[in-house]
Amino acid sequence: MRIHFKTTYEQDIRLFPDLWTACVYGALILLAFALPYLINEFYVGEVTNVLIWAIAGLGLMLLTGQTGQASLGHAAFLAIGCYTNTILIEQGLPFIIAFPLAGVITGVVGAIIAIPALRLHGIYLAIATIALSILADDIIVLLEPWTGGVSGKFPEMISIFGFEIERWTMPTRFYYLVLVVTIICTLFYRNLLRSPLGRAFAAVRDSEVSATAMGVHIARTKATAFGLSCMITGWAGALMGYYAGTFNNETFSIVISITLLMMIVIGGLGSIHGAFFGAVVVAFLPQGLSILKDGLIGGGVAIPGLETGVFGMILILFILFEPMGIYGRWLKIRIWFELFPFARKDMFRRQKSYLKTERLR
Amino acid sequence: MEVLQLLVSGLANGCVYGLIALGFVLIYKATEAVNFAQGDFMMLGAFVTLGLTNAEYMDLPFWIAAPLAISIMAVLGYLLDFFILRHLFGQSQTAVVILTIALGFVLRFVAGLIWGHEPQTLESPLALGDVQFGGVVLGMADVAVIVVTFLLTWSLYQFFQRTKLGLAMQAASQNQMAAYFMGIPVRRVQGLIWGLAGATAAVAGILFASKGAIDPNAGLLGIKAFAAAVIGGFGSLPGALAGGLIVGVIEPFAARYLAAGYSQIAPYALLLAVLIFRPHGLFSQVRVKKV
Amino acid sequence: MSLLEIKNATLKFGGVVAVNDLSFSVEEGEVYAIVGPNGAGKSTVFNLISRFYEPYAGEFTFDGQNLLDRAPDEVADLGIARTFQNIELFDHATVLQNLLVGRHRHRKSTLIEELFFAPRVRAEEHRHREAVEEVIDFLDLQPYRNKMIAGLPYGVRKVVELGRALASGPRLLLLDEPASGLSVEETQDMRWWIDDIRKQMGITVLMVEHDMGLVSGVSDRVLALADGAKLAEGTPAEVQSNPAVIEAYLGAGAV
Ligand SMILES: Nc1ncnc2c1ncn2[C@@H]1O[C@H](COP(=O)(O)OP(=O)(O)OP(=O)(O)O)[C@@H](O)[C@H]1O
Ligand SMILES: [Mg+2]
Repeated sequence: MRIHFKTTYEQDIRLFPDLWTACVYGALILLAFALPYLINEFYVGEVTNVLIWAIAGLGLMLLTGQTGQASLGHAAFLAIGCYTNTILIEQGLPFIIAFPLAGVITGVVGAIIAIPALRLHGIYLAIATIALSILADDIIVLLEPWTGGVSGKFPEMISIFGFEIERWTMPTRFYYLVLVVTIICTLFYRNLLRSPLGRAFAAVRDSEVSATAMGVHIARTKATAFGLSCMITGWAGALMGYYAGTFNNETFSIVISITLLMMIVIGGLGSIHGAFFGAVVVAFLPQGLSILKDGLIGGGVAIPGLETGVFGMILILFILFEPMGIYGRWLKIRIWFELFPFARKDMFRRQKSYLKTERLR
Repeated sequence: MEVLQLLVSGLANGCVYGLIALGFVLIYKATEAVNFAQGDFMMLGAFVTLGLTNAEYMDLPFWIAAPLAISIMAVLGYLLDFFILRHLFGQSQTAVVILTIALGFVLRFVAGLIWGHEPQTLESPLALGDVQFGGVVLGMADVAVIVVTFLLTWSLYQFFQRTKLGLAMQAASQNQMAAYFMGIPVRRVQGLIWGLAGATAAVAGILFASKGAIDPNAGLLGIKAFAAAVIGGFGSLPGALAGGLIVGVIEPFAARYLAAGYSQIAPYALLLAVLIFRPHGLFSQVRVKKV
Repeated sequence: MSLLEIKNATLKFGGVVAVNDLSFSVEEGEVYAIVGPNGAGKSTVFNLISRFYEPYAGEFTFDGQNLLDRAPDEVADLGIARTFQNIELFDHATVLQNLLVGRHRHRKSTLIEELFFAPRVRAEEHRHREAVEEVIDFLDLQPYRNKMIAGLPYGVRKVVELGRALASGPRLLLLDEPASGLSVEETQDMRWWIDDIRKQMGITVLMVEHDMGLVSGVSDRVLALADGAKLAEGTPAEVQSNPAVIEAYLGAGAV
């Protein structure tokens, strides 16, 4: 077991608590950069998919895990990011400006949409966001002149100062682009967590009255959380557009919204790790299932609803037996090894609690 | 005449929404959880009835199959609570929301495995024939839907207002801890409520399937019922029905009088408007949390 | 001029008059206690000062400024911090993070700076941390610094809540039943802390408390409240011997 001897406050403020952790994450990033040299192009594409989902997961995690607001409509913001990016590039903006701007615009739109939604708590917010997700589909069709409606759009080839990136013909370059965006988003997330705003998010999540008494402006903080969450989600959406190669009103459906929320719950709410773990599950579940299916009943047989059904079952099992998600389980395993052989079973027992009503009437 | 026709068909649809919304409200009133799978319960109730009564399956007489299906769904609701939801006792509302959404996926998958994905129709005596009132032609099914819905809402309302069990259920939702100390078997009461919600869903399913074809994705109708429950205010049974009727009536009128792209939007636009201007429904009063 | 001045405050909840034409003022540097039977309206007075409730009538002045001009989240900026009767901590955060939220009113960094963790954010984090560490030392919270609130015993939570209020560096501290549910030793600690808060830190304290031992031990003046109205005001001894107060506590005919 590692013991932290703290000598300065700086240790709690730094990006990594100690040298060992810094080395582990450094190695991880090195591995990520070396990956295209280690595995073949097909799998590079798959890992890219994982990373894009992880970015989207980080976006939603900021809202749900950090600020405690469940959104079932984040696919709408994936769509806004994706369409904005494409349209801006079509208008002649270079990728290097259009892409960041697309996220910022999505964030601003999100914050504006959030303002009326701020008065809503728990399920009411969830419902409002469902409606948003359904409306997004219809609105994209209605805005046909810009969005291409049902026939959809194809994103143009990315060009950064003449350096071209394309998902199908140059998967490795696209992978590096996504990796860089992932690292930036993760850094933003981590920076927020160690600064006053991140703590205000947690305060709003856990007790609005006392957050107010401490000087936190609830509405502004929630809108900021919504905006930041949508910004990151917008970037993920733009990348998804490139990854898919084509998109229309049905690409970012409510099922994507729900998958995203389930993904971060399976991964572990409230942690950066959770977004990544969840993304791995979402990205590899279809492959895993189809391999299983081919093995059991032979290929070619389509079972509609299999993926969502199995995904649903996994989620139910997690909520019942490991509400902290994969990250929670991972922590327990790690602690168990660190304490070996002194870990006791009841160390991880959950506290029983009763429901205190949140309802007003 | 056309207006009247639209109104009646809207009312009949609205009743189905209202019945599903009733399920939401029942569970919300008693457990403060929201069952996002209520629409899929409805779908399952319809399929169970269909499986019992249709000629190509078990071919039981409808009047035996329907009560049987309602009982099966009630037991299923109780068991779901017993095996799954009870273990979430004390976790956040969000956990329950996500869990029930997942449950909906699973139910849809299972229904697809058993009954396939082709739309099927229920062989129901309700589905036969039309009745005429003046110039308005009403399907028997529509009339049955409206009558049954009003009866059911009324009896549930009476149950909650008048009976000891109903009041205990309300108390259990206001403050679980206090209800527990006052000797109300909180957990058993919750199980019963889930059973009741299952039965209501089965009734909704039977009525829905009498009106038209059904497939495993019919549960997605739950989202509209959801809008209905919110519009009516989540805490009240008559409110849920009223919300259902509002959504049901808006739809045919929007489809008739609005441009194509805008008509599907109408119920959700109304939902958002209600959430923004009356966040706790059209028929509710709001208090703030006491500290 | 008094630090906090309340004139003719009235608040009704439907038919219930929770605060009824109440006036009192708190002087800089004193410990002022409000006592009264359950439902007397004590917490409601606090909630009025925090601006959670809009008064039906009345004037609220803090340090010469009109409190009614402030939004609930701006009250902290004036230097008013509080605790809650039923402990409102951030349960899924550590003690340290809870205390750091107390520093929120001193936040100067902007969103962009925080996203990039600019040098200014780092420098401020150091300053916040130093202020919080002082509170931790003062309240002996060192063993709990990195513990989650959710797993802490009740007594410690009460202290953390006091710490969070102190971390904001207030001029006026509102304590809603600081000793309720505490053991005899913990109540003793609370008494010393309140004494030190006033004497060493020079913070004015307004508190609601049922424990008359604690009230007479630490407070300079006491206000007795019943049904939202003032029954008596004065030194602890005066209020305790006031016939109206005894009657309110023990019921009619006890005198
Ligand atoms: N948000 C509210 N809505 C309705 N009534 C309220 C509200 N807050 C307080 N009241 C009522 O106002 C009265 C005063 O309540 P308050 O909480 O101020 O009493 P208190 O003196 O703090 O009592 P205790 O010693 O039990 O804490 C009570 O009758 C209470 O029921
Ligand atoms: Mg009180």
